[in-house]
Amino acid sequence: MGELIDKLIFTVIAAVILLVIALLHVAYLTYAERKIIARMQQRLGPNRVGPRGLLQPIADMLKLLTKEDIVPYGVDKPIFYIAPFISLVCAGTGVALIPLWEKFVLSNINVGLLFILALSSLSAYGVILSGWASNSRYAFLGGLRASAQVVSYEIAMSLALLSVVLMAGSLNLMDIVKAQINSPYKIYLIPQIIAFFVFIISAIAECNRVPFDLPEAETELVAGYFVEYSAMRFAIFYLAEYFGMVVMSALAVTCFLGGWIGPFEVPYIPFFWFLIKLYFILFVYIWVRATLPRYRYDQLMGLGWKVLIPVAIVNLFLTAFLKLIV
Amino acid sequence: MGPYFNFFLFALLILVLGVALVGINLILGLRRYHSEKLIPYECGLDPSGDARIPFRVRFYLIAVIFLVFDVEIIFLYPWAVIFEELGWFGFVEISVFVIMLLIAYIYAWSEGALKWE
Repeated sequence: MGELIDKLIFTVIAAVILLVIALLHVAYLTYAERKIIARMQQRLGPNRVGPRGLLQPIADMLKLLTKEDIVPYGVDKPIFYIAPFISLVCAGTGVALIPLWEKFVLSNINVGLLFILALSSLSAYGVILSGWASNSRYAFLGGLRASAQVVSYEIAMSLALLSVVLMAGSLNLMDIVKAQINSPYKIYLIPQIIAFFVFIISAIAECNRVPFDLPEAETELVAGYFVEYSAMRFAIFYLAEYFGMVVMSALAVTCFLGGWIGPFEVPYIPFFWFLIKLYFILFVYIWVRATLPRYRYDQLMGLGWKVLIPVAIVNLFLTAFLKLIV
Repeated sequence: MGPYFNFFLFALLILVLGVALVGINLILGLRRYHSEKLIPYECGLDPSGDARIPFRVRFYLIAVIFLVFDVEIIFLYPWAVIFEELGWFGFVEISVFVIMLLIAYIYAWSEGALKWE
């Protein structure tokens, strides 16, 4: 009995540490995004709070905590209250499944990849429910667009990951990382270059980021599905979005870039390669945002259904064929 | 204390975090009641009519096609895991399956289900 309690306490501590690390990444991702985009646009970015504006995320958090929580009339109250939490839990829980290191993964599930895909599908509920409950046309249209977009790119993403599963022969994320040791440079990037690009494009669309940010397109829908939310509920949608970015980038690192395995061992810092690769993918997200204009909605759906899905299917069969021949 | 327990524990922790943040906000946040504040946002004008307006049937079509593809993908995942043991047999079997689906996909495309104008 005592042993069981010890183990439980250990697990809870590990989970809390992981959550704190993930939250720090999410908080400083917002800072990094503002700073990098500012630099790319010849601005300075946040530089008032703390040295070089480094305390900005904390200041933002404190400000949002003291804002008034407005619930407009006509909203569907239970759904309005629940929707942000659905978004947050679905976006954030994926962190538990990502293997950060050979000996550090909170939840080493055999079907980890399927769990992550399931979570990203479920996050569409948070979006459409908040859009429906808000009693605002902007929110309603944003919710509709977002759910159609998320389900469309979900297919392309699953098909891209399918060819990785085919090569690794496992759905366990740990095994997928280990299977990559036999590939050139110990990563799947070269044999699966097509799948990688399909995955990155779909991941950007899944997170509703520029250039696929139609659900929240500021210039036409104000903020899309969360326009009626204020204070902390609004911040929770933001947290969910950035959590989603971190999880998708971590999944890209795990499935295509070899996870924690690097060209050489770095002493004392086991997460070194994982974090370097993660930051690179996150930087690409921000870089894309600073570079590209927004898509039109018909182009967006056309790209998902008419380009990415056929390309991913062809790539899948190509992978299967090559695997049988070699 | 299996991995599934850890997974749901983490989900619960995130939920607790979210609820705690909203709770703190409800305690610390300002409260200045004003009826104008409660009007749903619509460019500064009073909203006209119900916000839940009829929407295009395209969204429904996309949902139906998505369902077909998603079920297909669920079939493909176990196939991909044991692909090596199945060999050519599995390759041919799944080709027949995917080609049937591709016919439906091309049909939907030619009927304009994927067109947005």
